[in-house]
Amino acid sequence: MQLTEIRIAGFGGQGVILSAIVIGKAASIFEGDFATMTQSFGPEARGGACSAQVILSESPVLYPYVTRPDILVVMSQEAYTKFAPELKHGGTLVIEQDLVRVGDLPSGTTVFSCPATRLAEELGKKMVLNIVMVGFYAAVTDLVKPESLRQAVADSVPPAFKELNLKAFDKGFEYGKTHAPGDAATAEESESDVKSLEVH
Amino acid sequence: MHADPAGVLTGTHFLDGDHACCEGCLAAGARFASGYPITPSTEVVERFASRIPTVGGTFIQMEDELAASICLQGAVWGGAKAFTVTSGPGFSLMMEHIGYAAMTETPCVFVNVQRGGPSTGLPTLPAQADMMQARWGSHGDYGIIAICPNSPQECFDLTIKAFNLSEQYRVPVMVMMDEVVGHMTEKVVIPSADQLDVTPRKHTHKSPADYLPYQCNGDGSLVPEMAHAGEGYKFHITGLTHDERGYPNMTVKVQDQLVRRLCAKIENAKDLVAYEAENLEGADVVVVSYGITSRVAQRAIDQARAQGLKVGKLRLIIAWPFPEKVIRELAPKVKAFVVPELNLGQMVREVERAARGAAKTIHVGHAGGGVHQPEAIVKAIVEANQ
Repeated sequence: MQLTEIRIAGFGGQGVILSAIVIGKAASIFEGDFATMTQSFGPEARGGACSAQVILSESPVLYPYVTRPDILVVMSQEAYTKFAPELKHGGTLVIEQDLVRVGDLPSGTTVFSCPATRLAEELGKKMVLNIVMVGFYAAVTDLVKPESLRQAVADSVPPAFKELNLKAFDKGFEYGKTHAPGDAATAEESESDVKSLEVH
Repeated sequence: MHADPAGVLTGTHFLDGDHACCEGCLAAGARFASGYPITPSTEVVERFASRIPTVGGTFIQMEDELAASICLQGAVWGGAKAFTVTSGPGFSLMMEHIGYAAMTETPCVFVNVQRGGPSTGLPTLPAQADMMQARWGSHGDYGIIAICPNSPQECFDLTIKAFNLSEQYRVPVMVMMDEVVGHMTEKVVIPSADQLDVTPRKHTHKSPADYLPYQCNGDGSLVPEMAHAGEGYKFHITGLTHDERGYPNMTVKVQDQLVRRLCAKIENAKDLVAYEAENLEGADVVVVSYGITSRVAQRAIDQARAQGLKVGKLRLIIAWPFPEKVIRELAPKVKAFVVPELNLGQMVREVERAARGAAKTIHVGHAGGGVHQPEAIVKAIVEANQ
């Protein structure tokens, strides 16, 4: 695959880092590509801003940080505000739709929305919202095969929670396959949008 | 000899550098660690503490870094392979005992996951500003080895190498990681135990009656043989200047013999050169880098070469002892060395010194807290080429 930059961001405690590990592991261990994952977080255990970066490539990744993400997954308004301006023109934005209100976007952005927290609550555990998001991500993007991502979920969670997490993955995936294509919105080409979102 | 399978987590993993370093320690045979937690290094011993009960060994969280850095040396003299892990402020506190390990020739490993300094600095962000401290931080003259991984895979591989070199030379070895490498997650392949070479302790074959703990064997090696506590050998370990028996002897003659040997066993060693070189032949500019900066520099080198510039790469894997001869021989053949590092001028001084004025030396400094923009390195390469 071409070098692809992904940023996943939200609050500490939402499982941002684990969702990045799942994507990186799926690509590098189960598909034989290269993946580099880095993370940044505040000193708080929960509630602070948290962001993870994954770079996928068919050759070894040199520069470890995301510069202009091709794909941005956000699970909090704060993360959206902070990182949306970085998104590459023509990039993909994946949002937790109940937690993020989308404002101005770079032109050509494709937006996919998923009520991951609600879907996780339907499974009885709000904490699996991150894996619901990974399942949704698997349905709406085609960088990594869904089977590889599902396998990486199974490989990354404690055995006692494997079944729950696989259910969460399937629920997000299913939602993505049934709802997302209709919901996908592409930001209008607009000169003013591009200007107002220029990164300085 | 081969690694003990009990400590080898054979397989393909998606690990961060800190965890990979821990697996390197276990694979190398470390069965003792004493530490005091400090970001961004804590994950190494956190994993060690959770893994060691099933492998068989001990982790002790000590009251501070001074205690941690001497506790492990007791374990070594009891027969264990041992290490500690720290970052910036903790590394400063360990300096006294790094000198003690150098003076008593205690084989051990100090991992420093470098963060921004001075003082408490930037706990969660990277720097490479402890490089001179690793070499010169403790008082007095001594030789030291420092090794610089640039990926989680190397955090595994080079940690094993660090233990092996510490045993071979009976010297504390510094594993100089940085926050980015420590917290970066990538694929790490851990081979089976029978594919991993580990260096056993240089244990004496002499009888207790014939053994002198600091006597070189006359085989040309400057590294004496060890015995452990409780094996029936009489020995004395002291940080004072000591004779071959290990007893204090504070004469000019013994000081001269001992300290010259401590330096020479490292500085004269032929196999303590490890670097990665590319396109040095015919290069106008050579970029010298190490650790995470070597990966950022690679992108810059690729961009400069795409512009038609003749740029070579020299990545230090073993930073100390410094590969002086390599730089000295290269210097008359190139226009300049470009040295990017996450500090305001450390290893660049060594490059400049080794080049002896035969080539320009251009530093690309960064105070830490992030990595270079590759463009800053490209700019320096272009300037160096003029």
